[in-house]
Amino acid sequence: MNRIVYLLVKNGYLSEKNYIQFCRTIGEIPFNKISNQDYHMKKSELPDPFEKARLDKGYGKMNDQNDPVTMLLRLKDVRKSAHDYKTFQSAAKPGRIVVPSEVNIRDTRQIPFEVDPPQHGEYRAIVEPWFKRPLLPEYQEKLTAQISTLVDGILNKDNLEVINEFALPLQSRALTLLLNAPYSEAETWISWGTHVFRSEGEALDSDKANILYNYIDDQIDRAVKNPGEDMYSLLLSSEFQGKKLTKEEVKGVMVLTFAGGRDTVINAVTNSISYLAEHPEALERFRKEPEIIGKAVEEFIRYFSPLTQMGRVVTEDTQVCEHAIKADSRISLCWASANRDASVFESPNEIVLDRKINPHVGFGFSHHNCLGATHARQILKILLNTLAEKVESIEIMDCKENIEHLDEFERKVGFNSIHVKFKSLT
Amino acid sequence: MAKITFITSDNETITLEGTSGSVMALAVDNGIKGIDGDCGGVCSCATCHVHVAAEDMDKTGSASEIEADMLELDDNVDEFSRLCCQLEISDSIDGIVLKVAK
Repeated sequence: MNRIVYLLVKNGYLSEKNYIQFCRTIGEIPFNKISNQDYHMKKSELPDPFEKARLDKGYGKMNDQNDPVTMLLRLKDVRKSAHDYKTFQSAAKPGRIVVPSEVNIRDTRQIPFEVDPPQHGEYRAIVEPWFKRPLLPEYQEKLTAQISTLVDGILNKDNLEVINEFALPLQSRALTLLLNAPYSEAETWISWGTHVFRSEGEALDSDKANILYNYIDDQIDRAVKNPGEDMYSLLLSSEFQGKKLTKEEVKGVMVLTFAGGRDTVINAVTNSISYLAEHPEALERFRKEPEIIGKAVEEFIRYFSPLTQMGRVVTEDTQVCEHAIKADSRISLCWASANRDASVFESPNEIVLDRKINPHVGFGFSHHNCLGATHARQILKILLNTLAEKVESIEIMDCKENIEHLDEFERKVGFNSIHVKFKSLT
Repeated sequence: MAKITFITSDNETITLEGTSGSVMALAVDNGIKGIDGDCGGVCSCATCHVHVAAEDMDKTGSASEIEADMLELDDNVDEFSRLCCQLEISDSIDGIVLKVAK
């Protein structure tokens, strides 16, 4: 009963204020956010906070540093608007299409992310082949070796904090492959912590962002002096519209590469582990039917939606879901909501490991779809394969949820910390 | 056993034979240019877009609603468009010709 009431409040069918008043009237103690966890059936569950708004009107509203955002919640609207780069542009002031906005902490334009067609396509063509390297067998072998070593090192450890001791090192080491940078660089990146723009907590932190920017500047200067086989060198030797990329353009691509694949990959890895902890039968199934792992990865991306939303700036007065939107205001494409749209996904709130048709937008959609998706997919595929091969079960000891506060909505996106024990397959 | 012919964007013609699985997987395994199959065949990436030869449409059938929604926003879409991850290899599609969209 309590769980039902909790879900009613959580999903917006019953306002928190009414609920508390009601509790007072009948003399019942209202449960609060701290006890929420008890009302989740499973710790690995990520509830869908958007359902009611998605069904009722199709959009939601959030304020963000006085630059409000109209969030599009339905899959069809999200896809259509992602495709319509003329009305919903990415090439706005740098940082503005990110929610929360990064306009106050950076001036560097991320490329190709904050550029629109036709220039976007030319930039994208420079980096696309490089970002498809994860499909090469030798890349996959190296990634497998990295993940295998990492897993061997934590098996049967009594108390492992997944984010800092597993997901962050995994993500950082894998990034050395994507950049073709020395393995030792990972140590530097690990020392930065989980988010390169935010310190612990929510607030955007310009000091922290500067650590990354200064590091990238140094690396670009190094590559100018001593060109090598790494990504900085590749970019410095590439041309846009017949001219060599400037240092600022190279920096724009590198900032995107560092920032875009950090907390997203960490959330995907961490949520996968918590799911497997509560579903040991999934590990067993991966052992028996390894061919479903590719489908499972897509399903995890749909369900976890590691990036909740991405913004666009509206170039002309328009409307979405019969709601007027003014030129120069912001909308967002809410991937997390679109991925639970019951008009497209059967049982949207369940993880179906071998979901056969899964047109999710977890990696975005259209021109700006995730450049790092090939790398991310390989990380998850190899991780699931490796865990199936080595791990019998995972036990969650303790965890703290990471909740995004989006005004109307509160979305659990993963964990701030999660302590587990991996039991090895003997 | 089915023979499937791919015509790539640089007009190379390749005929492959398959017995099971999806046409996308067959193409990816054989390195057909322009068919990436990034999502592994769950209809989420639209990187396996082909145009079915008009005379073969009765063998393949047309796109399902979800598939059509994915294709709708693709610049090269026409009434012969399919995502070939949604085409299962079987005797019934033997001899079809697919033009790779990208």
